[in-house]
Amino acid sequence: MVKVKIWGSLKNLADGSDYILVTGSNFKEVVDNISMKYPGLKPQIKRGISLAIDGKIYKESWFTPIDKDSEVVLMPYMQGG
Amino acid sequence: MDQITPKAVKEFKIVGTRPLRPDGIDKVTGKAMYGADLYAPNMLYGCLLRINEPHAFIESINISNAEKLPGVKSIITFKDFLKINPDNKNNPILENCIANEKVLYDGHAIAAIAAVDLNTAKKALKLIKVKYKKLPFVINIEEAMKTGAPIVSVGKKNENIPDGYSDNVIQYCSFGNGNLEDGFKTADKLIKRTFKTPSVHQGYIEPHACLASMSNDGKADLWCCTQGHFNVRSICSNIFKMDNSQLKVTASEIGGGFGGKTTVFIEPIALALSQKSGHPVKIVMSREEVFKATGPTVSSLVDVEIGMKKSGKITAAKAIIRYEGGAFPNETYELGAQSAFASYDLDAVKTEAFNVLTNRPTQAAYRAPGAPQSIYAVESVIDELCQHFNLDPLYVRILNAAKKGTKSSYGPTFDDIGLKATLEAAKDHPHYNAPLKENQGRGISCGFWFNFGGNTCVSLNINFDGTVGVVEGNPDIGGSRSSISQMAAEELGISLDKVKTVIADTNSLGHNDVTDGSRVTFSVGLATIKAAKLAKKELCKRAAKLWGIDEDAVIWKEGYAHPAGANAGNQEPLSLEDIAKVSSQTGGPISGHYEVNAEGAGVSFGVHLVDIETDMETGHSKILRYTVFQDAGKAIHPSYVEGQMQGGSVQGIGWALNEEYIYNHDGKLQNPGFLDYRIPVASDLPMIDPVILEIPNPGHPYGVRGVGETSIVPPLAAINNAVSRATGIRFTELPLSPPRVLKAILNKQ
Repeated sequence: MVKVKIWGSLKNLADGSDYILVTGSNFKEVVDNISMKYPGLKPQIKRGISLAIDGKIYKESWFTPIDKDSEVVLMPYMQGG
Repeated sequence: MDQITPKAVKEFKIVGTRPLRPDGIDKVTGKAMYGADLYAPNMLYGCLLRINEPHAFIESINISNAEKLPGVKSIITFKDFLKINPDNKNNPILENCIANEKVLYDGHAIAAIAAVDLNTAKKALKLIKVKYKKLPFVINIEEAMKTGAPIVSVGKKNENIPDGYSDNVIQYCSFGNGNLEDGFKTADKLIKRTFKTPSVHQGYIEPHACLASMSNDGKADLWCCTQGHFNVRSICSNIFKMDNSQLKVTASEIGGGFGGKTTVFIEPIALALSQKSGHPVKIVMSREEVFKATGPTVSSLVDVEIGMKKSGKITAAKAIIRYEGGAFPNETYELGAQSAFASYDLDAVKTEAFNVLTNRPTQAAYRAPGAPQSIYAVESVIDELCQHFNLDPLYVRILNAAKKGTKSSYGPTFDDIGLKATLEAAKDHPHYNAPLKENQGRGISCGFWFNFGGNTCVSLNINFDGTVGVVEGNPDIGGSRSSISQMAAEELGISLDKVKTVIADTNSLGHNDVTDGSRVTFSVGLATIKAAKLAKKELCKRAAKLWGIDEDAVIWKEGYAHPAGANAGNQEPLSLEDIAKVSSQTGGPISGHYEVNAEGAGVSFGVHLVDIETDMETGHSKILRYTVFQDAGKAIHPSYVEGQMQGGSVQGIGWALNEEYIYNHDGKLQNPGFLDYRIPVASDLPMIDPVILEIPNPGHPYGVRGVGETSIVPPLAAINNAVSRATGIRFTELPLSPPRVLKAILNKQ
């Protein structure tokens, strides 16, 4: 299982905790499984999310590997100016 | 100008030098082709009818008289876009370009005309008869959030909005760690303040301009000034239900963007007018249109509460951020929330952020969108706490600075970051201890930005004469062509004058994300280095053929193919030019291509020091000295990096001291021109002294980080803190224009 930190305003749409546990070994699997396990998060995932994996922010790369021990943080989709 | 480079950084020959900028002569002689410089045979001139009301329901638009005017070739309204593609009904980008049922802000367009000349087009605009019903409007954040406020647009609310707000509050987020209550309890002092910042414009000198040519068979060419022509293609082909391949978009030279040219405002209009008339159509926005109908920043209302021990240690911090970005949703509030406390290592921190609809023009990105506003509030409170405890503001920031291993306030744990080194550099700089006189104050602020990577394609072509053409797809807004050429020359081991980098149109290269997020030197540089490596591999292969040895027995070193060791033979090394000249005979042209969705851009921190003298009789604040310290990663072309640091600082100075969108009581913008909207000019400023800290980004082969955005973040608070210290009055609203400062001085007296 991968432990994923979610941001504060998503807590109530998941199970009220700062962290959720999902299976998956890469970006896509983890995000797909979050959607499946926590349907309340689907609208945000549809709007766009990024994943910070061990401190690095990934916006899309589906096949970025995620280890069981990786620090994984769900973040909004990032954009700049 | 200083450059602080750790010894561990790789030695370079071309990277890190300061060659003359390749676009310099064209730009200073007027030869460079900007958006408005483009012409086509039988071209028409387009212009838009804009309604000067903040909120109105459009009852009817009668174009019959305008159509009859000789020389008028086509007129369009939103209805034409619905005929093209019914899905356009729900397209907010298009609805911002041209109103559907409602005018949503002062200057919102409702129709467009193409005619044989601009005078005819403008004359025809006056013949369009519009009936509309004025609606109640709201342009102020606090008013817009209240239940009972006029509603800008229904049905836009996300699913997670807390109760108690009007339907203008459409987006909400929160971030944080730790127990705030416990953290605040252990503080020796709590300070809570509310801060306001106005909408400001990016102020690019070149107005938006485009030339569109759409034929009856559905193919189209579009030339425009943009930060991302592939994005323009995606947006426009979606609106027109076209295949991407049928719309070729070419980016012109660009006269400033700073985030404001990352979307479209006139391009779909020009395409529709061209489609309807059968002629190419050119549209050039006036300055007034740029101010009224393109994207300024969000304006903000931010509460910050910070607890601190006598020692200077921050015990807890909280911010409630409210941004308004006009009439359509945006994501800037999230970036503000994530950036607010990113510079600090905090056990207890929380940010909440709201995005609020108002009857103002839709915000667009502006360098580090969302970060300057929230960080201004945070850094101002930290400074006030430092004053309260009589603590050195740099000492306090060093004490609390985020570092490797810090769990950031927005979630992830930081890897190698350069904030502490940047703060230490500021502490050791002569500026920090220079004496100050009466009515002078020194301000300091940290700043942060994420930096991004993204989709990037590069083709690197070895010409038969041994020169190299690099083809990339990101408009050059900050010197990227030079930096990319330098990285290509460095990797190939050839002189810089052999390399030329050009920006390809959308049919000549795979998709490239917008030039934003400080991504280009990082991402395009990475792709260029990889493409050069592939080209080197092929060059070695050709040398192997010529020498009759195995290709694995050839290595590339400093621009030459060498036999790898004694067993490979003792052939004279072959230069890139030697191999290129016979490439037709050894297998054909040689090139390297690389495509990537680059990830791993490193975050960047900056620290700004500013000395200000405030005239206590007029309220005018003069900047005496300004020093910028920034963790820039490897500076490929240090002059351009310094230029980014200086440019961002100057824009932040304008934001802090003078710039603001001013609305009157009927919701109309009062200062849509550079005479009344005052950006800083050279005579307002001392030389901005940049100090580059080269802390390499481990995620890039040459250590590049993004540099273009961070520098606009700290000036707001640095100047606020300087003026507050100079006057002895704590300010909480920008800009610190002479009337506002004088009023506070007089109130104090």
